[in-house]
Amino acid sequence: MSTPPVVRVMEREARVLARLWRGMVFSTLLSPLLFLAAMGLGLGGLVKAHTGRVAGLTYLDFVAPGLMVASAMQLAANEAMWPVLGGVKWMKTFHATVATPITAGEIVVGYVLWVVVRAIGASTVFFVVAALLGAVPSAWGVLAIPAAALCAGAFAAPLAAYSVTLDTDLVFPVIMRVGVLPLFLFSGTFFPLSQLPSGLRPLAAMSPLWHGVELARGATTGTLHIGADIVHVLVLLACVGAGFAWGRRTFARRLTS
Amino acid sequence: MDPLIEARALTKRFGGFVAVDGIDFVIRPGEAFGFLGPNGAGKSSTMRMIGCVSPVSGGTLRVLGMDPAADGAQIRARLGVVPQEDNLDTELTVWDNLMIYGRYFDLPRAEIRRRAEELLEFVQLTDRRDSRVDPLSGGMKRRLTIARALINEPEVLLLDEPTTGLDPQARHMLWERLYRLKQDGVTLVLTTHYMDEAEQLCDRLVIMDAGRIVAEGSPRDLVATHATREVVELRFGRAAEQHAALARVRTLAPRVEPVADRLLVYTDDGDATAAAVTADGVGAASVLVRRASLEDVFLILTGRTLEE
Amino acid sequence: MSARMGSMRVLPPLGARQRPWRMVERNVLAYRRTWYVFLSGFFEPVLFLLSIGIGVGKLVGKLPFDGHLVDYKQFVAPGLLASAAMNGSLLDTTFNFFVKYKYSHTYDAILATPLGTGDVATGEVVWALMRGAIYSTAFLLTMVAFGLVPSWWALLVVPVAVLIGFAFAGAGLAGTTFMRSWVDFDYVTLALVPLFLFSATFFPLSQYPAGLQAVIRLTPLYQGVVLERALVLGHMQWTLLVHAAYLAVMGAVGLRVAARRIGRLLQP
Ligand SMILES: Nc1ncnc2c1ncn2[C@@H]1O[C@H](COP(=O)(O)OP(=O)(O)OP(=O)(O)O)[C@@H](O)[C@H]1O
Ligand SMILES: [Mg+2]
Repeated sequence: MSTPPVVRVMEREARVLARLWRGMVFSTLLSPLLFLAAMGLGLGGLVKAHTGRVAGLTYLDFVAPGLMVASAMQLAANEAMWPVLGGVKWMKTFHATVATPITAGEIVVGYVLWVVVRAIGASTVFFVVAALLGAVPSAWGVLAIPAAALCAGAFAAPLAAYSVTLDTDLVFPVIMRVGVLPLFLFSGTFFPLSQLPSGLRPLAAMSPLWHGVELARGATTGTLHIGADIVHVLVLLACVGAGFAWGRRTFARRLTS
Repeated sequence: MDPLIEARALTKRFGGFVAVDGIDFVIRPGEAFGFLGPNGAGKSSTMRMIGCVSPVSGGTLRVLGMDPAADGAQIRARLGVVPQEDNLDTELTVWDNLMIYGRYFDLPRAEIRRRAEELLEFVQLTDRRDSRVDPLSGGMKRRLTIARALINEPEVLLLDEPTTGLDPQARHMLWERLYRLKQDGVTLVLTTHYMDEAEQLCDRLVIMDAGRIVAEGSPRDLVATHATREVVELRFGRAAEQHAALARVRTLAPRVEPVADRLLVYTDDGDATAAAVTADGVGAASVLVRRASLEDVFLILTGRTLEE
Repeated sequence: MSARMGSMRVLPPLGARQRPWRMVERNVLAYRRTWYVFLSGFFEPVLFLLSIGIGVGKLVGKLPFDGHLVDYKQFVAPGLLASAAMNGSLLDTTFNFFVKYKYSHTYDAILATPLGTGDVATGEVVWALMRGAIYSTAFLLTMVAFGLVPSWWALLVVPVAVLIGFAFAGAGLAGTTFMRSWVDFDYVTLALVPLFLFSATFFPLSQYPAGLQAVIRLTPLYQGVVLERALVLGHMQWTLLVHAAYLAVMGAVGLRVAARRIGRLLQP
């Protein structure tokens, strides 16, 4: 029995992570939880005093699934930028990998799946803490974890496909500030989309993060809407699929030309 | 003439480790002076002390008549430095690298522009002036580093392994450039582990090994003093044969050095020794007679080859 | 190259005071081609202001501040400005400094010129502060445009942002001299996120348990947030000088520690 090539790519990444666990604990576990405490508890107290409930939920219940998915997105975005460019430019690990029987297409898929696995890990920890804080009223809530994972894939696949075409990391901070951060802040994470100016609402509804957040919030609050949820899942899967298709081309061009 | 650079018992320690172990040397204006030695000999450490970017741990060092510890900035204003590893500013273009470097020396912008044009011409990079540094080839980066080191019209140019990593053509071009600078009166101080480079460029050199100077002189003098006139190189089909032949060959010549893949027989009459070896039937697969070089001086003095 | 023949002249040594400015010049040159990176640094606090200040602000309404009621967005904006000043200055003196000295060897090349280690460090700090001043000016103007600045004391907002930058530049640079590898920078993240979230930036001290309130009063960004909020809302008190002194001392001590260690770091 031989190990599938995609799994071999993931194994390499797991070995790297084993050395860098502290960074992962700090930035992908601790800081989302700190956001949850600050927003859900601190700011939530103010919201409670003023408006009471948001979209029928306490602010903690409202913001927890949003932060969970948004954190998965941030993790995915980070991992699909610097490490990917590093893999073809600074450390050239992908060049080393493609010199083995593994193909460029398998590298994209393996790498993105690895990011998804990490997102699952981080989301699970977040989920457990949120549940302990009482922010998960429904038993369906567990489904928020696959929702977050799917959203992570929807960002990681196309971004990795793009990152591999670059020559410098100069645009990464720009993508973070001008692309990822607005999504983080305006995708129904911290306040309902209905509060946005009506012209901006359709724009925010195009954000993959919004689809992920809607799925997760439906799960943690036990208000699943089959029709809408299928659309959310399809949108996210389409992002993953488009990312893979594009990534196959860009990885192959960069690694085997 | 007063020495330009003078070191007495110069020492560099990193923690408990002694990288440069009490060396003495004198470099005079207008000469090309070399440090020849294998990896880890302490060449770069010495160069960095001369460049006033690494504090001296012991002994004395005077550069341009000044003390690096007290007058570092004034000394550096008159030096040009080509470090072992290119450290061009990768956030800037070729042209901006030269411009800002000139500014570090507080030169007026118009003057820097004039010199930068000239220098780009000199190192044949004029057509790449607006390129970023990253996409340049290794040889181009090296040439740009040299151009950058000349922006302040230095009196002394410190070159740490200037041609390592260059192809033969680029090396020869660089040697020719350096030769022209020397003609213009610039003092060259360089390190290398290529003996042909040392022979080509250096008026005088020291051979360093493990932090110490083991010999000093002009390339010709060093060969004359420490080596014989000629060398017979014997190659064998298998290592075991070479091993077996060593004792036999030693009876034929006073000095024999075994290296990885051959025996080097030092002799004043190569042809006679080659004939003797063949007559004796030691079974060498090939026999070659050549003139002795700095490589041999190094081998004789340290028992090791330069590039191993 | 003929002009070099008679060039055994001695260059006038660069005036010690001007040297750090050459670092600033270099950074301007580097950003001239990547202005969009520079520009993007301005968005972060503005986006937070729109989302948390205005979006979530609607859910929060008004907060009691010093006996008055203030709009939540008015409460949060000065906090965001102070956080941005901390963020920028810490990034410049930790990550960016580390990359330049350890990986791109930018400083090695510069130190071969008349510039010394002190000039490099001072230059980078000056640059970080200038950048911070530009960003905080832009953010202050945004606040004015949103009608969030009722007081003329706000003229001091930018100088205080520079003071916050100075405090964190000192701490950041001192910390960086102890860093051995990338992995150590996880501690910077570890410090940055809680400071950003829990310095009375997003909600007043009264929201914390009493024990925690005492701790937060001692943390550095809290000083900056209190100062900026007082200036923007025009609630001036003598005790603000204590907060300012805290930041000044923090920056000075940090830079002293850094100055003692940085020579050895850049020139082993
Ligand atoms: N910053 C440093 N810290 C500790 N040890 C150092 C440092 N720099 C150099 N060394 C050590 O000092 C010794 C001499 O190094 P140096 O770089 O001077 O050698 P070199 O002659 O230039 O060698 P090469 O031909 O490989 O460039 C080596 O053993 C090296 O490991
Ligand atoms: Mg060296």
